[in-house]
Amino acid sequence: MSAYNWNWAVIVSEPYVGWLLDGLAVTVMLALSSWAIALVLGTVIGLARTLPSAPLRWLATGYVELFRNIPVLVQMFLWFFVLPELLPREAGHWLKRDLPHPEFFSAMVCLGLYTASRVAEQVRSGITSVPPGLAAAARASGLSLAQTYRYVLVPLGFRIIVPPLTSEFLGIFKNTSIALTIGVMEITASSRQIESYTFQGYEAFAAATALYLLLALLLLFLTRRIEARTRIPGWIARSNT
Amino acid sequence: MGHLDVNVILRNLPYLWEGLQLSFLLAAIAIAGGIFFGLIMALLRMSSIRPVAWIALGYVNFFRSVPLILVIFWIYFLVPLLLGHATGPFLSAVVAFTMFETAYYCEIIRAGVQSTPKGQISAGVASGMTWLQAMRHIVMPQAFRKMRPILLTQSIILFQDTSLVYVVTLRDFMTSVSTVASQELRMVELYLFAGAAYFAICFAGSRLINRLDGGFRR
Repeated sequence: MSAYNWNWAVIVSEPYVGWLLDGLAVTVMLALSSWAIALVLGTVIGLARTLPSAPLRWLATGYVELFRNIPVLVQMFLWFFVLPELLPREAGHWLKRDLPHPEFFSAMVCLGLYTASRVAEQVRSGITSVPPGLAAAARASGLSLAQTYRYVLVPLGFRIIVPPLTSEFLGIFKNTSIALTIGVMEITASSRQIESYTFQGYEAFAAATALYLLLALLLLFLTRRIEARTRIPGWIARSNT
Repeated sequence: MGHLDVNVILRNLPYLWEGLQLSFLLAAIAIAGGIFFGLIMALLRMSSIRPVAWIALGYVNFFRSVPLILVIFWIYFLVPLLLGHATGPFLSAVVAFTMFETAYYCEIIRAGVQSTPKGQISAGVASGMTWLQAMRHIVMPQAFRKMRPILLTQSIILFQDTSLVYVVTLRDFMTSVSTVASQELRMVELYLFAGAAYFAICFAGSRLINRLDGGFRR
């Protein structure tokens, strides 16, 4: 502990402060873009798991099981290293050479599809927690299956699952750090780079930690407001994780 | 691409198996440590002494706000500084995982305990037990039964997360896979194999949990 030279100035001086801010921007962009994929795909798969059609249910269940039971790091490598080799020559070449920032897009697809499996589980539990009498009443009063979903199950189901969905949203920001293994320069990678250039590990990691804490606080503030607005009056209080 | 070469995996199976054993060992230590310290943290979190509860809450919220990889880097960097000499990455990984998972297990255990009606503690205390005795003999047995499936599911997630020690080149299963992949220039085979192996283990694990849990409820 004796020989450590403190130098907090390092994290606010160029070029290191720039690396951190770039890292923050990459983390935010990666998290938001993969969240968009996760939300759309997860909704489709989650709804498919509640449909009467057995093949669609099996397909959706298969998707969820596959993506939930493989570590994100392995999935990251599969998208980045393996997929281009398995595609036809030209497509693989395009992915590796012509696409700008292939590591960013691989990470985006990886986190999007992985988080979709988690979102799907929440969507399914939201739909199944709508009292079955409501759907039966909707069908009995002449609504088609699609209309029942559109006007009854989805609006109610989604409002029930806003709290767990917001925690998935917070989670995707943390999971972006795994993208550093394929060369995405997000927050953690930037702090690691500063550490290896300057040997000021404390300062670099403390800066990264502070950025994550700030992000978490900001997101918590935003999501609390969304939760308050979407809460169904009279429904059981928000589920705690 | 050429055809898939299965031999490269068979040839390196003993080496990969060693890595997998290390993954299991790390996961086992982190699960035991995480549940043990998570239980203590949960009790602190529910303490009636405000500052104690706040410190525990701060600990949990801190570790739930930062990514595991950053914690791994932190500890990997700090441990040699604190000990004054270099250690292998295994000790750092054990410390990092235990500290991180303590926060998650704490929340699971707290939720389990708080789902038990408060009156039961009062009844225990009224019949002459101390608070800790009431916790130990009345609340915990019920709470653990309720949270068992969630504790086990968290443990499967933890096992998947051990792959992240790759970033400090601790030779777990994932690091072994990647070493072989770059030595043999066979990334496709090796990473597909890694995916299949993790899937087989985690899928079997979650099936087992479902069966245990289902048996319990019936």
